[in-house]
Amino acid sequence: MSTKSPAAVAWTLPPAALAIFLRELRAEFRTRELLNTTVVFVLIIVVMFSFSLNPSAQQAREFGPGLLWLAFLFAGSLMLQPAFTRELASDTISSLRMAPIDPSAILFGKVAANFFFLTFAEWLMLPVFGVLFNVPVWPVVGPLAMVLGLGTLGVCVAGTAFSAMTAQARLRELLLPLLLLPFLAPVLVAAVDATSGLFAEVPELRFTPLKILAAFDVIFLTAAWLLFENLIEE
Amino acid sequence: MRGFGNVAGAGVVAALLGVAGYAVFFVAPQEVSMGDIQRIFYVHVASAWTSFVAFFLVFLANIAYLWRRQLHWDWLAVSAAEVGVAFCSVVLVTGPLWAKPVWGIWWTWDARLTSTFVLWLLYVSYLLLRSLLPDPARRATISAVFGIFTFLDVPLVYMSIRWFRTQHPQPVIAGGEGSGLDAVMWQVFLVMWTALLALMARLVWQRYRLESLRHQVDELSFGLRAG
Amino acid sequence: MPAHSASVLPPAPAAPRAGAVSLGLSFDQVEKRFGPLSVLRNVTFQVAAGEFAILLGANGSGKTTLLRLAALLAQPTRGTVRWEGIPAGLGPQGNDCAGYLGHLSQLYDELTALENLQFFARLYRLPFSAEELRTRLASAGLDSWGGTLVRAFSRGMRQRLALVRVFLHSPSLLLLDEPSAGLDTPGIDWLAGILTGLRDSACTVLMSTHGDSPLTAFASRVMWLAGGKLAGDAQADIPSALRQADIAIRQDRGGVR
Repeated sequence: MSTKSPAAVAWTLPPAALAIFLRELRAEFRTRELLNTTVVFVLIIVVMFSFSLNPSAQQAREFGPGLLWLAFLFAGSLMLQPAFTRELASDTISSLRMAPIDPSAILFGKVAANFFFLTFAEWLMLPVFGVLFNVPVWPVVGPLAMVLGLGTLGVCVAGTAFSAMTAQARLRELLLPLLLLPFLAPVLVAAVDATSGLFAEVPELRFTPLKILAAFDVIFLTAAWLLFENLIEE
Repeated sequence: MRGFGNVAGAGVVAALLGVAGYAVFFVAPQEVSMGDIQRIFYVHVASAWTSFVAFFLVFLANIAYLWRRQLHWDWLAVSAAEVGVAFCSVVLVTGPLWAKPVWGIWWTWDARLTSTFVLWLLYVSYLLLRSLLPDPARRATISAVFGIFTFLDVPLVYMSIRWFRTQHPQPVIAGGEGSGLDAVMWQVFLVMWTALLALMARLVWQRYRLESLRHQVDELSFGLRAG
Repeated sequence: MPAHSASVLPPAPAAPRAGAVSLGLSFDQVEKRFGPLSVLRNVTFQVAAGEFAILLGANGSGKTTLLRLAALLAQPTRGTVRWEGIPAGLGPQGNDCAGYLGHLSQLYDELTALENLQFFARLYRLPFSAEELRTRLASAGLDSWGGTLVRAFSRGMRQRLALVRVFLHSPSLLLLDEPSAGLDTPGIDWLAGILTGLRDSACTVLMSTHGDSPLTAFASRVMWLAGGKLAGDAQADIPSALRQADIAIRQDRGGVR
């Protein structure tokens, strides 16, 4: 039997997070329930917005980034709910908590997995979006990947943490989007602005929104790491 | 604070509010371009600053609770949050009241008003989360974490919206970034802010006592059933 | 108990590893409340290292809560729970000495039986090959089900796999909540075989079960809950203690609620 000092416990974090990340991937790719639903949902939102706003070609280009990120945020906030509620059904969360791993590994493994899934859905959607809104995605694909990456990471960190917070609350399916969307206002604003810059007539990479996104990611990854254990105790 | 102390406290707050009201209407000079309606500024901005103080109190109470696990920190958190939301609502109501006569429109998505709206949404959702967590210990812990997250988000909200607004300017309600305040106006403002802070403190204290009494009632009824 | 071909006893896989630290368990004036609802009050006891204690009580008497408190999964509202023998304050994440089996399977439905074991072996840093894990599955009669999703398992099969999982890292403190639930007779025989090995080893066991279960034969100590309190605790004359417990449990009205 081994017992560990707190420092030694922290060393278990990367391999444990990796193990949990891979497990989430394996489980999801077997059923693909979340992925399919997320992709379809993003598509539905984009189409619905187009119906209701009926933009001209010029307007489509202007509003496109906003609609795109709204679609990602709405879809993400629904997709992130099961992150922790799935662990309650068979009480697998208890077996994770009993294992000799740093509890934050559970958080980071899930954040990484959700980031993977949401990014996967986003990149599937981008060509479709480019066609529907007449936006040249390919020329700016590099910087766009950076914007998508930073923004999606923010969504996943907050969403996974909030999923843990709402897992035992009443009305949790409604509560998660309700808590998440105002909270993600900085991500929405910064990501939309950066994306607009890239889709403009003369594409430009605006650094201030990128800095805001990066700051959001760093602050909340740290906060979640420090506070996560409180969320899974009984 | 029973009896005399209670009444005295109320008296102090009332007196401060009275002095502030007098100052706003009779001491502060009339603003050149907007006229008397500008006097709303004193309530509008002072309420905003007061709600910030209240939300900062929530943040401190959240940290204290997670550190000490004593329930009275949770009572302080919910009290300060509710009072903060109340003052934030005053900001959101006085904004349009000011904007309509001056600009002819009820609302503009100017940076400060938009940010305040998001702030209001954030702390309303804090209260909503609390209302949907039935167990008191879990509620205190989870809402403390959420409260810390929310407070850390506030500067990011303001920064991102301000950046966006420099890209896409809109009419500004509460005076632009560079507009200075006349010395007398500044003094009146401080008086108003002091009065509102006193009001906030008293409201938080009353709400805290209410929460404490609720807890005592729960304990007693539990004891009655058990015994 | 008759032998069954499916329950070939593995070489005491559940026994703690050689040189393992033996753990005791102590509860000191523990109270657990959920809001105004009190489940346990003033529970105090010590289980010494190596003891095999069983916990009895009516449905809803707080057995599950007590076991979760013992596993350090739940925090007491008042009082302290300690694992004697290791430094305090670390909880489960700082060591791999304890195992907890609850009411739910604690298994991932979307993974196969083998994948579940591989995942947990990885978290516990156990150097088991796939072959070794298949041997363990075989000992539980699940050898032909290694590649099947747990989603397709029956209740009894899940319980067997859950037991294999909890014994995987050879814990020296075992907290079992009605381990025979859902098991058929061969399954109970298999479990009994494992418990025999545990009883004779340095493993500390706290197991909740029902008074009429054959598993009570393993107990060197009987504790029972009634009225939200530890109504009885006997370390001698087990049969008489079981009778006393039975009476107390039948009279339990649900106690402090």
